[in-house]
Amino acid sequence: SFTACRNLSLTQKSGKRGLYAKVSKGRVMHKLLIDDPGKKMLLLGNEAIARGAVEAGLAFAATYPGTPSSEISLNLFQISQESDLYFEYSTNEKVAFEVAAAAANSGVRSMCIMKHVGLNVAADALMTLAYVGVKGGFVIINADDPFMFSSQNEQDNRYYGKLSGLPVIEPSSIKEAKEMIAYAFDLSEDLKEPVIFRTTTRINHSTASVEFGRMKKRVAKGSFTKDPFNCVTVPAVSRKLHVKLLKNMEKAETLSESSAYNFTAGKGEFGIICNGVSYGYVTDALKDLNLENKVKVLRIGFSNPMPKNLIKNFLKDCKKALIVEEGEPYMEEAVKSYAQEAGLTLQIRGKGEDLLSRLYEFDPAMVRKCIAKYFGADYSPPAATDLSDVPELPQRPPNLCAGCSHRATFYAVKKAAEGMETIYPTDIGCYTLGFLPPLSMGDFLICMGSSVGTSCGFSKVTDKKVISFIGDSTFFHSGIPGLINAVFNNHNFTLVILDNDITAMTGHQPNPGVDMGNFNLSGYGRVVIEDVVKALGVPHITVIRPYRIKKSIEAIKEALNFKGVSVIISKEMCTLYAKSLKKPMGKPFYISDKCKNHRVCVNELACPAFYLKDNKVNIDSVRCSGCSVCAQICPENAILPIRDKK
Amino acid sequence: MKTTRLIIVAVGGQGNLLASRILGEASLLSEIPVRMSELHGMAQRGGVVESSIVFGNAESTIISDGEADVLVGFEPSETLRALNKCNKNSTVITSLSPLPPFTVSIGRGVYPELGALQDLIRAKTKKLIAFDANALALEAGNVLSVNMVLLGALLQTGILPLSEDNVKEAIKARTGKFAESNIKAFELGFSAAKIS
Repeated sequence: SFTACRNLSLTQKSGKRGLYAKVSKGRVMHKLLIDDPGKKMLLLGNEAIARGAVEAGLAFAATYPGTPSSEISLNLFQISQESDLYFEYSTNEKVAFEVAAAAANSGVRSMCIMKHVGLNVAADALMTLAYVGVKGGFVIINADDPFMFSSQNEQDNRYYGKLSGLPVIEPSSIKEAKEMIAYAFDLSEDLKEPVIFRTTTRINHSTASVEFGRMKKRVAKGSFTKDPFNCVTVPAVSRKLHVKLLKNMEKAETLSESSAYNFTAGKGEFGIICNGVSYGYVTDALKDLNLENKVKVLRIGFSNPMPKNLIKNFLKDCKKALIVEEGEPYMEEAVKSYAQEAGLTLQIRGKGEDLLSRLYEFDPAMVRKCIAKYFGADYSPPAATDLSDVPELPQRPPNLCAGCSHRATFYAVKKAAEGMETIYPTDIGCYTLGFLPPLSMGDFLICMGSSVGTSCGFSKVTDKKVISFIGDSTFFHSGIPGLINAVFNNHNFTLVILDNDITAMTGHQPNPGVDMGNFNLSGYGRVVIEDVVKALGVPHITVIRPYRIKKSIEAIKEALNFKGVSVIISKEMCTLYAKSLKKPMGKPFYISDKCKNHRVCVNELACPAFYLKDNKVNIDSVRCSGCSVCAQICPENAILPIRDKK
Repeated sequence: MKTTRLIIVAVGGQGNLLASRILGEASLLSEIPVRMSELHGMAQRGGVVESSIVFGNAESTIISDGEADVLVGFEPSETLRALNKCNKNSTVITSLSPLPPFTVSIGRGVYPELGALQDLIRAKTKKLIAFDANALALEAGNVLSVNMVLLGALLQTGILPLSEDNVKEAIKARTGKFAESNIKAFELGFSAAKIS
């Protein structure tokens, strides 16, 4: 199923340390801060990356959360609360990038962390920071998501390295992910350029044993030396800086040629060139197929610039070569062009209908089969289990939580818009799930903030009523410019801002609207969405409490009838977050004998607290959060709070 | 060292990730190479959580269709859904306590009949161990210990290169004040697998 999100849900618990807990005296030290070289620990890839950064003396980090990178940031956030590491959740990836770029230009080892599509947001800053360069090490953690486990596309961000002229480093294992972070920082300082550290989901979300190394001392304070003729990118300066960037690329190429992370393994008359997790699949496959003495492997871990001469030498005595890489034929195209330069005519293949796919992620069997076929090894894959007689199983799509305020808002908007022809542009967050039936509140989504921009276009070009949805964090991330545009160009639509006081989907990270007192943290400001919307000049603003269904429907109707831009702010704390803060919840409800089995509750709300037993609707009192929305819409008033149960 | 491939499937909230973690820690204790990969799906939003754990000498962290040596399912319909991971030599362990997905409540799907479900799995694999893990978790005094019950059953099969003691040690180290009921749950699962 389609699960668009910057931000996929994760059980964000690192040991016993909640995201919210302030570090107090007597608490155990964060596990990633333990200074015990040689210690072995089972770490999630993202924890290994965070540890690698801490070992490398990381002193400054900024992020916008996005799966599969989120736990890197979570761990750094926790670490920052018990050390002099500075960490912030920024409003979006571009801002995070700029924040960290300034720290790096003040000589401090810095990092910014984002998912692949986040780099699109930060790309403007990326492209020209490459010209300016950095003083202290700057590592950009970029988490690609082949198969789109939690993303809206599966773009291959190695091309950002090529586009910007920046080095790209790619680990193949968890162990390597930790080691290569230190390498990336050293490389960045050597070249005085940012370095892109590219992972894929199976690195971020795999777990393996990692050995701790020594901790480099953190230098948290930097200094900035004025140098406007190298740091202010007016055309005359940039013309000079582009020359410098190309020189840096040349140097980077020589480093790539000799990098320990571009290495050859095994021997044989055939060759495989691979990167990332594919290296593991290739290694296992060659062993399984008994091809270890027939096929040698070139593993590329420093993939921009590619080690041209290393590749030419590798190909020289190969009879044929296969390129095994997930995503686009990034290496394949380069390797073919190097072969042409070297006058080599061996067969080089990679992507193709009969070989490897550009789609989704690889798996060991797929790579094994492909290697066997290409190199003519004797192998017949075992017959797949015949599942033709397995009955169709009920789907288990993710669903908005029991008592989620988004469900209440969607229901109220749907009722208020009854009889209207509508278009519902939506955005990225938990509420994207509202597009699924029976709510079916989501018609268009391309990226963070697109609900607002696309509303402008849809309302202008159609005669339908456009009602769009955006969450609080996404509004701050990239919804505001679209809303300014709507006010300026006098568009006609209703924007519903779903303000649940937290960035819920990635696992409850703060955003500028959040009360940081809830995290037991002080020293933060707070931006009130209503104030922002007012200040933008939106002519019609309504605030609703979505659990009050009737009142909300009336208020929404009025907003929908307004000609021009109207904004509805629907305020109710995320119910999971409220539970984690131990906020008082309502009493759970039950279905009394008055129930006539209309099933309006189940069929229109689809709250997961409902279940059917003996063909009657019941409420699971453990899951029910007591929001009372179903009780308000029951035609028989049959749903009652448990305290009234006789 | 021989490679053993294990898939665990569960519904969000059933403790799949903790179970995987414990097997990982136990491997570390026994110095068995281990690699794990998790798909959280949308765990907190009622989705499926799938872990793959590869013990022994392998570089891959994921398991292809048809290549699991063992499949452990914390929920019967999810066990059946993951059957594509198995082959005729696989062992399957499943709880028989259904958690029907929401789609069943709104009439968008039919929950499979448990008898037929077990027959299907038995016909396509080497061995099925199936029992009501919820009941045993309750008996252990901790309704949330379904994951430990199933770990017990898994260890009983002897398929993993881990000792019962190492897993128990990892459970104790990892689960603090719940360790006692978790160990009890583990032992109940261990015994249940013997007789099923």
